[in-house]
Amino acid sequence: MLFLAEWWDLRDLGNPVGKFLEVLSDHGPGWLPYVASGIIGCVAIVLFLVPSQMVIVWAERRLIGRIQARLGPNRTGPWGIFQTIADTIKLLAKEAITTRHVDRWVFWLAPIFIFVPGITVFAVLPFGEGMVLADLNVGVLFLAAVGSINAIIVFMAGWSSNNKYALLGAMREVSMLISYEIPQVLTLLGAVVFTNTMSLSGVVQWQDHYNTWLVFLQPLALVIYLISAGVEINRSPTDIAEAESEIVAGYHTEYSGIKFGFFYAGEYFAGFAIAAVVASLYLGGWTFWGLEEWVPGWLIFLGKLYLVFWLFIWLRGTLPRLRADQLMAFTWKFLLPLTLVNLFVGGLEVLIWQENDLSAGLVLPVFAIINLALAVGLTVAWARFLGHGGPDSRPRRALLMKEVGAIVYGQEP
Amino acid sequence: MSVELTHYLIVGALLFSIGLYAALAKRNVVGILMGIELMFNAVNLTFIAFSRFVESAQPINGHVFVIFIITVAAAEAAVALALAVVVYRNRTTIDIDKINLLRW
Amino acid sequence: MDDTGAVVAFWILTVMTLGAALMVVIVRNLLHAVLSLILSFIGVAGLYITLSADFVAVTQVLIYAGAISVLILFAMMLTPRAARDNAETFLQGPALVLAGMTAATIAGVAAATDWSEASRGPFTETAQAIGEALLNRYVLPFEIASVLLLAAMVGAIVLVRED
Repeated sequence: MLFLAEWWDLRDLGNPVGKFLEVLSDHGPGWLPYVASGIIGCVAIVLFLVPSQMVIVWAERRLIGRIQARLGPNRTGPWGIFQTIADTIKLLAKEAITTRHVDRWVFWLAPIFIFVPGITVFAVLPFGEGMVLADLNVGVLFLAAVGSINAIIVFMAGWSSNNKYALLGAMREVSMLISYEIPQVLTLLGAVVFTNTMSLSGVVQWQDHYNTWLVFLQPLALVIYLISAGVEINRSPTDIAEAESEIVAGYHTEYSGIKFGFFYAGEYFAGFAIAAVVASLYLGGWTFWGLEEWVPGWLIFLGKLYLVFWLFIWLRGTLPRLRADQLMAFTWKFLLPLTLVNLFVGGLEVLIWQENDLSAGLVLPVFAIINLALAVGLTVAWARFLGHGGPDSRPRRALLMKEVGAIVYGQEP
Repeated sequence: MSVELTHYLIVGALLFSIGLYAALAKRNVVGILMGIELMFNAVNLTFIAFSRFVESAQPINGHVFVIFIITVAAAEAAVALALAVVVYRNRTTIDIDKINLLRW
Repeated sequence: MDDTGAVVAFWILTVMTLGAALMVVIVRNLLHAVLSLILSFIGVAGLYITLSADFVAVTQVLIYAGAISVLILFAMMLTPRAARDNAETFLQGPALVLAGMTAATIAGVAAATDWSEASRGPFTETAQAIGEALLNRYVLPFEIASVLLLAAMVGAIVLVRED
């Protein structure tokens, strides 16, 4: 089926937008289509994110309920589908308390800026063929740069609250964020090494051209990126910043009402951003080996995004929270050497491929098998080397008292 | 009107002088470091402006120099702040008017 | 550079950068000064983008606004009883005079010189050119920079180690 360029061909959302801009340029000054396309792009991203977040909050609460062998919200409407709306109304109606000695400006600006990394990342992501708001040449590095602003915002929130627990949460959170930035950036580079371009639409085009997904070529990088980016967005099992059972609520302790709602929503936007980056870089973006001729590319992209986010929900419901020092040791001692080796091996493979001008159909399956074996082998070997996972590190079950040989009252010894 | 090289150079000069004032006149060591970082930024801006506007055989030289300056500035900020923390540990202050044991 | 959008962007970014830099020296609260410093870093990154330096702009945000700022905030956090009122020393007057003279001299010379400029060419991708330059012509400074970073890291850790 051809890519019709008619405005009602919604497989490429640029078609209706292009028609609208054509109409605008006939009736307005020269700069109007450019500004209008920017505004339409921004509004479209926000209009996609906010309803998505509301639906996903409901889905997450139901799914985690099922994981924990309970029902999840089921009172507000059939299957609790109005739960998020009820929560939002509750948060809007709550009193947004500002305690007396907070740092006014910073306290008020932090929940507004918490959205900035989450939404800005969507500007460089390709939703479909040619559907990128800003196709930067350094898109991958842009993702890392915008993600690193997160640490500042969290620190702003924690410091301005004038509260010991908030500051403690902010300190732990910032140290965790900057530690996990390194494997995040290096695994993003692991994908870029193969595709020879840092622009995200270029990466998706590469995957379309070679008919493969980068997950097959860099499985270790995908897993490490999921872990480190999952840490960056404060999701359990790594939500030490807002650990509800430990430090009240961490860096957003003093925020009540809709300001807390902003932090809550900002976490989901950042989660969507990470899932979208994984879907573009590693899972092929809007391509699906030919299905994108029938199903719109952006629907495929959104499907992959929600699939990765479902993985995050699954991890949240299943794994217990990690301690702060466990998290630090994990990244510095385990993830960082693995990412360096992965980058080195990836570079070596690309060098062998380019220098000898081998054909892609021959070389890529070999690389996939080698990388997969290396991923599994390296992970197990390095974990064993660090002392985890050996045969004597299995958790022993609790022993019954009569096995230990204790004396029970009333019995003869 | 269009933006010429002179505009960028004047912006760089103003940024540099604000950084110079902060580096010379601030009492807190962190304030001095902020002034130094502003001076680095001004110099980087000037390099990139020249690289963009002036014809040269290898126009990427300015960018490479700026990458190196950013790297060295990061390393220097790390060591300077480590020094500030150690001095605080010994004297409970990082006010340079009070850290003057070597004054003649 | 004479299309309106670029000129408007330049002026907005200049006002933002210089305004934030002035706030760094003027505000009486160290945290506000650090946050204005971060704003000025982002403003300078925007100015790099108006100069078509995309790689350097993103590197500036990543390292300056993302990492060096966190370093400064950590140093502020680890010195709780230090004075945080961003005061000036007794050298305030002479420093002001010196800074003013520096600004006047450099800006005056820059404005008075007739720069033989090339016309602004089309936008070229800088990331690849920087990569090639770093690994072909400037490989020695590149390696020395990595050793320098290692030395700085080890030095900072050794300095603050409590033994």
